[in-house]
Amino acid sequence: MTETFDNNLIEDTTVKLLKFAATQLPNDVSEALKKMYEAETKPTSKAALKTIVENFGIAEETSTPMCQDTGIHIYYVNIGENFPKVVGIEETLRKASARATKEVPMRPNAVNPIVGGNSGDNTGRHIPFINYDFIPGADYLEITAFPKGGGSENMCALAMLKPGQGIKGIKKFVIDSIMNAGGQPCPPVIVGVGIGGGADIALKLGKKQLMRPLGQRHSDPKIAQLEEDLLKAINMTGFGSMGLGGDVSTALDVKIEYAHRHPASLPVGVTIQCWAARRATCRIYPDKRVEFLTHKEA
Amino acid sequence: MAEYHFTTPISKEDVQKLKIGDVIYISGIVFTARDEAHERALEMAEKGEKMPIDFEGLAVYHCGPVVRQVGDDWEIVAAGPTTSTRLDMFEDEFIKEFKVNVVIGKGGMGARTVKAMKELKAVYTAFVGGAAVVAAKGIKRVKEVHWLDLGTPECLWVLEVEKFGPLIVGIDTNGDSLFQNVADEAKAKLGKIGEFLDITF
Ligand code: SF4
Repeated sequence: MTETFDNNLIEDTTVKLLKFAATQLPNDVSEALKKMYEAETKPTSKAALKTIVENFGIAEETSTPMCQDTGIHIYYVNIGENFPKVVGIEETLRKASARATKEVPMRPNAVNPIVGGNSGDNTGRHIPFINYDFIPGADYLEITAFPKGGGSENMCALAMLKPGQGIKGIKKFVIDSIMNAGGQPCPPVIVGVGIGGGADIALKLGKKQLMRPLGQRHSDPKIAQLEEDLLKAINMTGFGSMGLGGDVSTALDVKIEYAHRHPASLPVGVTIQCWAARRATCRIYPDKRVEFLTHKEA
Repeated sequence: MAEYHFTTPISKEDVQKLKIGDVIYISGIVFTARDEAHERALEMAEKGEKMPIDFEGLAVYHCGPVVRQVGDDWEIVAAGPTTSTRLDMFEDEFIKEFKVNVVIGKGGMGARTVKAMKELKAVYTAFVGGAAVVAAKGIKRVKEVHWLDLGTPECLWVLEVEKFGPLIVGIDTNGDSLFQNVADEAKAKLGKIGEFLDITF
């Protein structure tokens, strides 16, 4: 029998990830928000940005969740093909979510959609939701905790465009989605767009883009250009922070990814992340070394 | 952008001074109510049942806080606002029935609430969405909690607050809405945006 990897280490590390995510913005996000506060000229949005910067500062200092909506628990688990055998990772992550709910604390956010009632510990049917991927050639296990707020999630949108609508249709749908969202998803937002594949695939690709660091452009120059153009266009709407009117603070970034599509369909998924862009990633190595990629351990 | 400091109860005369874009801070009592608490309060009122506290002149806060129980007491850990538009279906009735003159939330509210606020002389103020720690700083203690069976995010928290804010006036008693104005301006910019992206709206 081959030995299996230490689940307690995975559990403890995941609790740490959730604590990091809930209480400390990744550096790229906090820096971008500070810069935005400097750059904004409209007083209402500037006041909101000032409060946001003050807020995540105190949250970090006091290890308190930066937003009361500590999100629904989503994980991205990337398994290095050469990582040792792990058994029962799903149960381990469920335990971590339940523990973090008490220890951080995080708000219980798992509600039964059929009969109502909150499970009280952020676990439930299919929740936490775990996305699995393999990393060819890698020997580590990479886990991202991505607690996702409901206010911005409610503004996500899917369009099954006609292939003839093409790139123009895609651009229009993104802007229409932002027009519809206005101040509701707690701007400044990050917009993740997924194109092609299928209905679920477009949204999944879109959401996965929210893991990319701010400012990072797609490797395909055409897509990179589209990201920049859409970012500029979204800020031209002038919604600003919290929809209070602002000239540079509607969006922090736009990220796009595509998959090849069926000849008959052009799905576009628009996912929206609020300023409280909480994500924390770690790598666990076979020798039990843990490396946090987004946060520093005190 | 004028700044005002109010202590509850806040009167109709007080709120009639306010214009969209003004900033206010509240001291006194604020209570939380999200979807389920709004629904329950209105259902109870319809049956002629008494509310656990008198809401008149208080501010209603669209918020589901993160709380921690310490012995018999509750501590508010984080308490930012939730999206207010979900409450549009209740709010006109709610402010009429319970004489609440200040609504606190995020993201603004729709035409139905704007109309009610003009008629009934109430204001909507926006707390910065997600700024839960700044909000918690203004909350001195939990005075009472009711309807815990709804769960801690949805139940009715009665909070003692001091200089709770900044709250940006989003809908005033003249029927002006900052959010509507911003949305109208965004719409007016669609032509330019279309030109830039080489598309038509
Ligand atoms: S949208 Fe984001 S910042 Fe706003 S309340 Fe929800 S989780 Fe918090």
